Amino acid sequence: MTIGEAVPRIESKDKVTGFARYANDTQSPGLLHGWLVLSPVSHAQILSIDISQALAVRGVQAVITGQYFPVLTGGVLADRPPLAVNKVRYFGEPIAVVVAETEHIAKRAAELVRAEYRPLAYVSSPSQALKPDSALVHEDLGSYRKYGDVYPEPGTNVGNRVKIRKGDMRSGWAAGEFVVEGAYAFNTSDHGAMEPRCAIVEAMPSGLVEVRTSTQDPYNIKRLFQRFFQVDQSKVAVKVPFVGGGFGGKGSCQLEYIAYLASTACGGRPVKLNNIRETDLVGSPCHIGLEAKVKLAATREGKLTAGEITFLFDNGGYTDEGALVTQAAAVDCTGPYRIDNVWCDALSVYTNHPYATAFRGFGHTEAMFCVERTMDLLAKKLRMDPMELRYLNAIKAGDTSPTQAPFDSSNLGDLTKCIDKLKSLIRWDEGQRIVLDGHKVRAIGLACIWKTSGSAVDTGSGATITFNHDGTPNLSIGSVEIGQGNRTVMAQILAERMNMPVRLVHVKMDVDTQITPEHWKTVASSSTTMVGRAVLDAAEDVIAQLKRNAAIVLGRLPETLEVGHGKVYANDDPSVSLEIGAIASGYMYPDGSASGEPVIGRGRYRVHRQSRLDPETGRGIPGLQWTVGAEAVEVEFDTRECTYRIVKAASVIDAGKVINEGTARGQVAGGMNMGLSFASREAFLFDAKGAVLNPQLRSYKMIRFGENPIYLVDFVETPFLEGPYGARGIGEHGTIGMPAALANALSVAAEVELNELPLTPELIWRNREARG
Amino acid sequence: MISFDFQYERPESIEEAVQAFQRADSAGLEPIYYSGGTEIISMARLNLLRTGAVIDIKGIPECNVMAVRQDRFVIGSAITLTNVVEANLYPLLSETSRNVADFTNRNKITIGGNLCGKFYYREALLPFLLADSQVVLAGAGGLRQVPIDLVMNGEPRLEKGELLVQIISEARYLALPFITVKKTKQEKIDYPIVRVTGLRAAEGIRMAFSGVSEAAFRSRELEEVLNDTALPVQERIEVAIRRWPYPILNDILSSAAYRTFVLRNTLTDAMEALERRRL
Amino acid sequence: MNGHPGSVKFEIELLVNDKSHHAAIRAADTLLRVLREHLGLTGAKAGCENGDCGACTVHVDGVPIKSCMMLAIEARGSRIATIEGLRNTPIQQAFVDHFAFQCGFCTPGFIMVCHALAEHRPKAGDDVIQEWLQSNICRCTSYEEIGAAIKSVLRWQG
Repeated sequence: MTIGEAVPRIESKDKVTGFARYANDTQSPGLLHGWLVLSPVSHAQILSIDISQALAVRGVQAVITGQYFPVLTGGVLADRPPLAVNKVRYFGEPIAVVVAETEHIAKRAAELVRAEYRPLAYVSSPSQALKPDSALVHEDLGSYRKYGDVYPEPGTNVGNRVKIRKGDMRSGWAAGEFVVEGAYAFNTSDHGAMEPRCAIVEAMPSGLVEVRTSTQDPYNIKRLFQRFFQVDQSKVAVKVPFVGGGFGGKGSCQLEYIAYLASTACGGRPVKLNNIRETDLVGSPCHIGLEAKVKLAATREGKLTAGEITFLFDNGGYTDEGALVTQAAAVDCTGPYRIDNVWCDALSVYTNHPYATAFRGFGHTEAMFCVERTMDLLAKKLRMDPMELRYLNAIKAGDTSPTQAPFDSSNLGDLTKCIDKLKSLIRWDEGQRIVLDGHKVRAIGLACIWKTSGSAVDTGSGATITFNHDGTPNLSIGSVEIGQGNRTVMAQILAERMNMPVRLVHVKMDVDTQITPEHWKTVASSSTTMVGRAVLDAAEDVIAQLKRNAAIVLGRLPETLEVGHGKVYANDDPSVSLEIGAIASGYMYPDGSASGEPVIGRGRYRVHRQSRLDPETGRGIPGLQWTVGAEAVEVEFDTRECTYRIVKAASVIDAGKVINEGTARGQVAGGMNMGLSFASREAFLFDAKGAVLNPQLRSYKMIRFGENPIYLVDFVETPFLEGPYGARGIGEHGTIGMPAALANALSVAAEVELNELPLTPELIWRNREARG
Repeated sequence: MISFDFQYERPESIEEAVQAFQRADSAGLEPIYYSGGTEIISMARLNLLRTGAVIDIKGIPECNVMAVRQDRFVIGSAITLTNVVEANLYPLLSETSRNVADFTNRNKITIGGNLCGKFYYREALLPFLLADSQVVLAGAGGLRQVPIDLVMNGEPRLEKGELLVQIISEARYLALPFITVKKTKQEKIDYPIVRVTGLRAAEGIRMAFSGVSEAAFRSRELEEVLNDTALPVQERIEVAIRRWPYPILNDILSSAAYRTFVLRNTLTDAMEALERRRL
Repeated sequence: MNGHPGSVKFEIELLVNDKSHHAAIRAADTLLRVLREHLGLTGAKAGCENGDCGACTVHVDGVPIKSCMMLAIEARGSRIATIEGLRNTPIQQAFVDHFAFQCGFCTPGFIMVCHALAEHRPKAGDDVIQEWLQSNICRCTSYEEIGAAIKSVLRWQG
């Protein structure tokens, strides 16, 4: 049995020897190299772009600007030109690309591109953007094409508005004796994947467009190229080698568009566009910012009766996936609690900041920060144990979601079990705030989390299996190996079903959209559940085919045969058997005659039962299942200096079924680390005109070795009946509760309400000073 | 990637280095001396610095000396911070160097680069200011030895084309009680918002600072205040902050107000620690 | 003068993984770029090219150095070791066994730092481990896994 085991990653050897190849590791003398010219201003009209000097540089093949192909692109709302046209909307927006024989020449020439700008008023925050006198980031919002459920409001800076209306607010407020309200805010920040984005595109004379890129979303690129460049989907071949971390940031298409245009400008020669870190941080899409208000009401006993939530997401200059992040935050806006009366408006708001896309947690990391802080405010007001308050209101089978989706024990994990486990894991009963020697205080903060696997409604996955002559299977799937360990988990799922060792399963590492069957995209913690189901389906298919082939030779009925240990054997007499290798391509008798057919397995999985959301009430089924969890953070706070150390962080996640204990733990602990890094130190800092002041890893800080706390990870296993072996998605969930848990811990420790991120010592100090 | 080109020379003597500089300078190449090079590379790749000639001084024997000889601690400018830490000949210098940048960068960053670069933190300078060290400079007119206070305190004031060869300190300072504290915005690996180094000399406390202002400095006036035993320590610290010789920085690492708060705490701790080490 | 492609190139010899390599380079080329683009050794990664992330770490005369912060021309006469030169070392196996990487992009850099640590400071305690490993950034793991990997090797050597 391999399910549950900590099987080391099957690609391990290549990753520890430097042989694992990422997009930028593809090198060839035939490659041309692009260098992006970025806007140094956040909001301005482009008066002119002079490319003549750059073009004059020997070795330069082309310099193109937005005018070369002024198309508007976007996943759900087409609002963004690949290169700025007429105006720029954020600091770092690409305005031109220089293509040359070497990267060095391209960079040198790029330094000679001269642009003139007429500055426009800088839209600095969502709340400012919503003021009637605010400058408009998009004057032509009403003319943009939509490719999904998105509701921009022309004449304003609202790129999308999602409404949740559940129950009756008036009776909700009437029933709630205790009401609390909190306001929360944080700036845009970044994914900071260690691999900067890179794309190589070749537009061949045959019409074939070959794209080699660091993406989480290869199959959608085919659609997007057809939609925006009129390239037939059959002519778009996307190849994805190992991806050096995604975290949502590589789920949208950007460099691929520019590299394609650059290639067409150079007679179709392949063009590589590799982000330098500075460009990757601010030029490419980032992590969304937020301003929010949460108001909760509860009875004297602590039962929640009403929730009113307003999210103003800072989506930056373009909506990208941010429009959907806004929706995702709205559909789970209450946190994992039963609230019968809910009002939520979630807005994606344009500002002149780097534009935002998906980030690990997809709106939930952000929403839970606000809701879980408010839960602590409520517990304080009720004089109730914050753990008890959460336990009391925990969502359960029989309840409904904010979008009125019904829960049962399969599509919803067991939150109360998670809370119970967390309680002992974090030693809650020893006290939430303990004063130590000197100026030190220890405190624990909590956060419960949930997230639906919310995918697009039109979603599915596939898998194919072929055999080698030695009887070992080759598995081909369309999810991307971005570090989550998907290849290993898929190998385990297949090995388990085929009753064979994992090491004998060969999984194709890269994705090639011409060969590998489609998987929606590698996002939303969905690869294990969706692709896993397709793999199981493919396994059933090959098992049936193997049995058919063997049945002929053995003279037995297929239903009396079993597959395992590299053989097909009779269930009543295992000595009656055939090696899989002998029948995988049909059986050849000693005299050379043959029977049976080559075995090629196909597996399919289609997401059913999701539904679109009603635009007025949000009513609908946004996802297949909800993963729930309970998390906590313990800090040691210095009351004199306002500095702190994160001592422990704990997560109990209902994983449905843990397929690989090692990678599952890694996903949760790594996710927590990312959440703590974001919450404690990450944010873009802007000057008065919207320039990013920290576009480098020197000044944009992420947690380093030794700054991490001790991570406590545990699981609950409430099977999701549709998942492979009951598994639910867990890739993002470690991250989701960390900002709230850290803020709750520090608020208790510092005895001041901390409602902004990141939680720097200076922020805590400022809040304490203000309190006096 | 550095987009511009430069000549690269690696002279093996002081004279060759100085001549190479002059040659490149008269050719209009705006040469720079190059030692660890980390700062030069990171600025050059963003075109914040340009040069047509890089003169790598790591091949010069005098720049690679580190020893205590005849009551003198001599350190060459090409010695890396890691070597400084490991040799530990001047504990205050070692401890101060230990948390400049990160370990693998310290394997490359040199004393000379830290003192002569454009980044104003120059934390390795502080221990030398406190020890009244002398610097050996090489220029067109040959070698000269001058107090470090004269040419480095606040900001480098080397003559054009002058090469920092060595820093010489009297050995009697090396073993004095000291304190060195680096406070950052949040991380260990970051520039300081306050760096305080202190030495307890016979005549009193000496202190030098970096990160608080756009200068790494030692101030005799501040030392007088801090040594004024007529006042309680906390009051001395308040006076020192009021008389701070440079504006207190207000930047992305910290507001001036928070820096002042951190400075006050750090000074309090540093004074207390040095008082305790009076014996 | 406008960025002419005829930048002056030097023919240099570099000793990498115990083999002599020749490359025609610009003086301004960093060691990282030359390893990757001239010698095809793409194990060292360009995570920031600013000395901040450590993904490009190699050994120069046994010392872990960020190869983006060194000119290739500076490395003449030195022994350079890259991740490609490391095979079947305890630290590589420890990284596998302890799930000390996910996406793998920072891994070559981390392993080069860890390997040097195991060689030079086999008895290193927590402080030294932290001091060395803070030179690098990993965005996927929680760092605990990397800590467990290096500690298992230090024990292994002790």
